[in-house]
Amino acid sequence: MSEPLLAIENLHVGFDIYGGHLKVLDGVNFAVGKGEKVGLVGETGCGKTTTMKSVMRILPMPPAKVRNGEVFYKGKDLLRVNLRKVRGVKGEGISMIFQDPTAALNPVFTIGRQLMDVVKYSKVAGKGQSGDKIRERAISALKDVAMPDPERILSNYPIQLSGGMRQRICIAMALVTGWELLIADEPTTSLDVTIQDQVLRLLGGLVEEKGNSTILITHSLGIVREWTDRVYVMYAGNMVEAAPTKQLFSHPLHPYTQGLMKAVPKLTGEGMAEGVTGRIPNYLTPPPGCRFHPRCPHVMPICEQERPPFYDVGDAHQVACYLYKE
Amino acid sequence: MTEEIVIAKDLKKHFLTSRGTVKAVDGINFSVPEGEMLGLVGESGSGKSTVAYTIMGMYRPTAGQILFRGQDISREARKRPKALKKEIQIVFQDPGTSLNPRRSVKQILELPLKVHGLLKNKSGTQQVERLLEMVELPLDYMYKYTEAIGGGEKQMVAIARALATDPSFVVLDEPTSALDVSVQAKIINKLMQLQKDLNLTYLFITHDLSLMRNVATRVAIMYLGKICEVASASEFFRNPVHPYTQMLLSSIPVVSEEEERLKPKKVLSRGEIPSPVNVPPGCSFHLRCPVKKEFCSRDDPEMVKVGEGHVVRCHL
Repeated sequence: MSEPLLAIENLHVGFDIYGGHLKVLDGVNFAVGKGEKVGLVGETGCGKTTTMKSVMRILPMPPAKVRNGEVFYKGKDLLRVNLRKVRGVKGEGISMIFQDPTAALNPVFTIGRQLMDVVKYSKVAGKGQSGDKIRERAISALKDVAMPDPERILSNYPIQLSGGMRQRICIAMALVTGWELLIADEPTTSLDVTIQDQVLRLLGGLVEEKGNSTILITHSLGIVREWTDRVYVMYAGNMVEAAPTKQLFSHPLHPYTQGLMKAVPKLTGEGMAEGVTGRIPNYLTPPPGCRFHPRCPHVMPICEQERPPFYDVGDAHQVACYLYKE
Repeated sequence: MTEEIVIAKDLKKHFLTSRGTVKAVDGINFSVPEGEMLGLVGESGSGKSTVAYTIMGMYRPTAGQILFRGQDISREARKRPKALKKEIQIVFQDPGTSLNPRRSVKQILELPLKVHGLLKNKSGTQQVERLLEMVELPLDYMYKYTEAIGGGEKQMVAIARALATDPSFVVLDEPTSALDVSVQAKIINKLMQLQKDLNLTYLFITHDLSLMRNVATRVAIMYLGKICEVASASEFFRNPVHPYTQMLLSSIPVVSEEEERLKPKKVLSRGEIPSPVNVPPGCSFHLRCPVKKEFCSRDDPEMVKVGEGHVVRCHL
């Protein structure tokens, strides 16, 4: 891979709470190349959203605290420049779709007002444009996401739309400005399967068309398999496995990834496998060594002492587990 | 195994709102034989939960009948005899809100015992212990409050509460959709094992078809207050007939090649679920149907038998 578009290096993020410091992200490494579709999977509470929010600099600080690490976007360290400049960078290139479209839209303003504001304040699209131009741009964004009757939608309030429509508004909002990297944080979790299918197909089409990069955060392995080129698997604030999608699904290596795959109910109907026993550790006192060792079926003495580094197992497949230390 | 424990006959539940009548459940028929698990699948707003609540007696049906072991129970819960309520229990979707955060697990589990006069001695400690053992939770959880335990364990407590009165029929209203896959597997396995041990009959409500494939004996698909297809689980996935079912199945994201082969040919989904306030005339699915004919927007199709225990509501 040549110069990556976004690179996260050794990121440590924690939260100060009453009773101590939650060490959530613990040395996260992550990279997205140009034109790549990357998936990020993991259980609830494993730090997927925290990672992306620290990239966007929208984590509430305090209580959140970046203890260590760098986030490079086109070679610029996003964590070191001041907030004003970050806003400029975001306006130019990074867009994010949030998990819950109901919470992401303001209920007291019309869709038009919210969508046109995004255009107005974005660096590329809105600078010094007349109101009519902005409106036109908003309408074309709604057409892009296959919304029927965009003029009418502009004067509607979020509550007048269905969940699928609201999510499409959020997508339109993220895509209305010039973007090079799209971060989609569980864009379809709150939707039904048939609607989910529609939204994903639409998003896929738009991404393909422009050839830009996407990060898809989700806990659904099925979506990742159908949608991405490369996958990162995250567990308790660590990346445990990274591989091209096909490779990961044919040969999952990390015990956690294997457990996750087994736990997914299959259409072939071979019954339900036992899931991964135990649960995500307490971040106040995370287990030493590999954070997965208390739940791991193949635990070895070394796992309790040292964090496994990423081992290269060929074909751009990396796994953080001592089982693969050749 | 042949006795049908719950039968719904032409069940209807309409809600009157200022904007018109919401036909949440509009004439459905199904039956659950003893010891079986009937899966009720549908998208949000299709009326699955309304069916569950009507069976539980939280709503009074607008029309139609619900029979429980041959006895008509289509009325509100407070008009039902207590012995009947003991037999039918429910597990709700979100254990975070269905358990009282200000009661300890012991208090939560004791309540149904007290209500039904099943407490053997003054302190129900032993009985609560037995319930916790049943769902494999450590006994010291008895004195914990629900906020101190994880989501999966909370759902286990909710299951224990439902089983406290030794029911014969349990409604599971999306018991795992708020949980992660790794936890889901554990809960589902426990539920299956309990079903075998205690000879329970389940009505399992979910929107997750691949989960249904693995647990249910029979599956019913709901769309806009109507059941559009019923079949045994294996038949259902081998030979889905209704266009909506095909659309649903082909939309599931799957994780392996073998599963990909099992899916029907890709049916591109389109359109939104219409509002149940004004259900389209004729077949309620015709607006999104890829193979609709002219008469679909006129006539409401009848249930047609297409195979052993396999019925479908479609003109084709």
